[in-house]
Amino acid sequence: MSRATLADSGDALLEAEELSTYFPIRTGIMQRVTGQVKAVDKISFKVRRGETFGIVGESGCGKSTTGRSLLRLIEPTGGTVRFDGQELGSLGESGLRKMRRDMQMIFQDPFASLNPRHRIGKILQEPLIVHGIGNAAERRERVAKVMETVGLSAWQLEGYPHQFSGGQRQRIAIARALMLEPKLIIADEPVSALDVSIQSQILNLMHDLQEQMGLTYVFIAHDLSVVKHFCDRVAVMYLGRIVELGDKRPLYSEPKHPYTKALLSAVPSTDLGKASERIMLQGEVPSPANAPAGCVFHTRCPQAMDICRHERPVMKQVAPGHATACHLYS
Amino acid sequence: MEPHLLEIVDLHTHFVTERGEIPAVDGVDLSIRKGEIVGVVGESGCGKSVTSLSVMRLLPQPPGKYAGGSIRFKGEELIHAREKRMKQIRGNEISMIFQEPMTSLNPLLTVGEQIMETLRVHLPIGKKEAAARAVDMLRKVGIARAESIVRSYPHQLSGGMRQRVMIAIALCCEPELLIADEPTTALDVTIQAQILDLMKKLNRETGTAIMMITHDLGVVAEICERVVVMYAGKVVEEGAVKDIFANPRHPYTQGLIRSIPSMNEERSRLYSIPGQVPKPGAISQGCRFAPRCEYAMDICRAQLPELIAGANAAHRSRCWLNTTQEVAN
Ligand SMILES: Nc1ncnc2c1ncn2[C@@H]1O[C@H](COP(=O)(O)OP(=O)(O)OP(=O)(O)O)[C@@H](O)[C@H]1O
Ligand SMILES: Nc1ncnc2c1ncn2[C@@H]1O[C@H](COP(=O)(O)OP(=O)(O)OP(=O)(O)O)[C@@H](O)[C@H]1O
Ligand SMILES: [Mg+2]
Ligand SMILES: [Mg+2]
Repeated sequence: MSRATLADSGDALLEAEELSTYFPIRTGIMQRVTGQVKAVDKISFKVRRGETFGIVGESGCGKSTTGRSLLRLIEPTGGTVRFDGQELGSLGESGLRKMRRDMQMIFQDPFASLNPRHRIGKILQEPLIVHGIGNAAERRERVAKVMETVGLSAWQLEGYPHQFSGGQRQRIAIARALMLEPKLIIADEPVSALDVSIQSQILNLMHDLQEQMGLTYVFIAHDLSVVKHFCDRVAVMYLGRIVELGDKRPLYSEPKHPYTKALLSAVPSTDLGKASERIMLQGEVPSPANAPAGCVFHTRCPQAMDICRHERPVMKQVAPGHATACHLYS
Repeated sequence: MEPHLLEIVDLHTHFVTERGEIPAVDGVDLSIRKGEIVGVVGESGCGKSVTSLSVMRLLPQPPGKYAGGSIRFKGEELIHAREKRMKQIRGNEISMIFQEPMTSLNPLLTVGEQIMETLRVHLPIGKKEAAARAVDMLRKVGIARAESIVRSYPHQLSGGMRQRVMIAIALCCEPELLIADEPTTALDVTIQAQILDLMKKLNRETGTAIMMITHDLGVVAEICERVVVMYAGKVVEEGAVKDIFANPRHPYTQGLIRSIPSMNEERSRLYSIPGQVPKPGAISQGCRFAPRCEYAMDICRAQLPELIAGANAAHRSRCWLNTTQEVAN
């Protein structure tokens, strides 16, 4: 089945409903809980089988927390996540472990996620050993193949993580996520540390793997041009909420939410002649511990109206396959 | 012309490993003038971070080894400088934003304590003023609720927030040279724009020179005047940003520019330079890019070309194609 028909069939592999993750704020010597950081605040979306679902938004808006909550690497405060028809909240520790074979994560900080005392060869074999896959020779073969796919050479298997450059470590982290041939990969900024040529290599590779193995990706990134190339649908987050969600083309060509518009206008251009016309957002990102009432974006929105200050806008379809949470469209 | 602030000449930095010595930096020449913003770009693993860590003298020896060349800062040789002298220089005259924020922030100290520590080592200010400045610095790098973030520990911050804390620490002492190693990789465009503005402002107001290591050619176009392109431990091209974008002369640079995903056109496949970076030290003869170069000639595999200029004296490249053309003309 081709990728397009898969994405169109609407068959959801992953489904988040009203997903929330709050972190307690503790203060004073007694470390009493005095508030909450609403890192992810009641977000809902579906990721279709075989598609690439992008999540973009400003630093600190809750992208990584969303990714980790989806895999229950952090316990969400509320809401549900269904993966392949199973509600993850209902699974016990062992059920969750089995499930994780099919859902892998590439972490944002590659160095912190690689064991510094193990050689790369061992790091890559480990997931296979944990899940009892193959014999020693088969495992070595699989490791060698994946290393080649991510553009690393066999001689590098002998090295320790600290002996690699930032970009090389990132590729090791990607290789590790691919080892088990999962159904879903949540990739948190997988190419942001890479130079453009390797970035293209990795994106092409992820794309090929998707075609071959029917992989589904949740692709967290801040580089909007990379997301435009790579994703089928995109969710734009601001302060723990999704403000716009849609098929990539209409979202890029006709962004609806004022935040999405500002975000798209800020992309630096390598076109030296072209003076960029930026919508510079005024004011600072409000605290997720004390989010504004109504629409969380109203404090910085050039088009804010009265209603925006006290009523939270709900996601509404503005065109086929394109929805936004903004009072301008209701 | 202003004299050079930093002058790296024929630097060789090696790693001694079980498998022999790896020439990670293999004869790099790179100079930065006072107040200049220079971009350093190049394939992952080509030696950008090792070059900058060599300047800071932050590579542990062993396995690191300075195998030759010189690094002069305001005329002073740093390769043989004592550790005591380097301590005065680091964070004061030269400061650095490291590529991996999590590993360079202290997990046991709050963000505020780390900024205050740096401030108080370098400036004669009291605790109270340092605390106020720390909050102010965090605001400048675009961190909301700076008053409460100063009291957070690194693990409580998002990737981009950690990166900005690193930037705040590096900028707070107004150094003469700032080495920024991929400073905005974890940042979205709006904050990236804000950070680049902040760096430009620092550059304008205090004359801080910046060595900007980045893989993002958009960032280079945005703030650098000059750019140095590295490949496999060597500089392969350098020149004014506008010349290099308009007329890249080295096939590696040409490939790099072709690989940029553009917002304006949509291709299903991105261009990427075929082949893989050679193992450091594997190619001891000839041009290191030859095995991947579509124009490679016999001479390329036999002899390493020099870094030379064409008609434009400031635009130099290390490629036989350019040399032979010049000879032919
Ligand atoms: N401690 C070490 N031991 C052995 N080799 C090392 C060590 N540190 C770095 N290297 C090697 O030196 C080379 C240059 O690394 P460097 O970190 O400078 O690359 P880089 O240009 O900064 O790449 P990136 O863009 O991926 O950050 C790499 O091939 C790396 O594997
Ligand atoms: N363990 C934690 N304790 C307290 N607060 C946290 C913790 N982890 C994250 N946060 C807060 O939650 C918010 C969202 O963080 P998250 O890491 O999800 O952001 P992000 O969108 O991934 O940002 P970036 O692009 O910078 O990586 C931030 O305000 C962060 O400070
Ligand atoms: Mg993140
Ligand atoms: Mg590096």
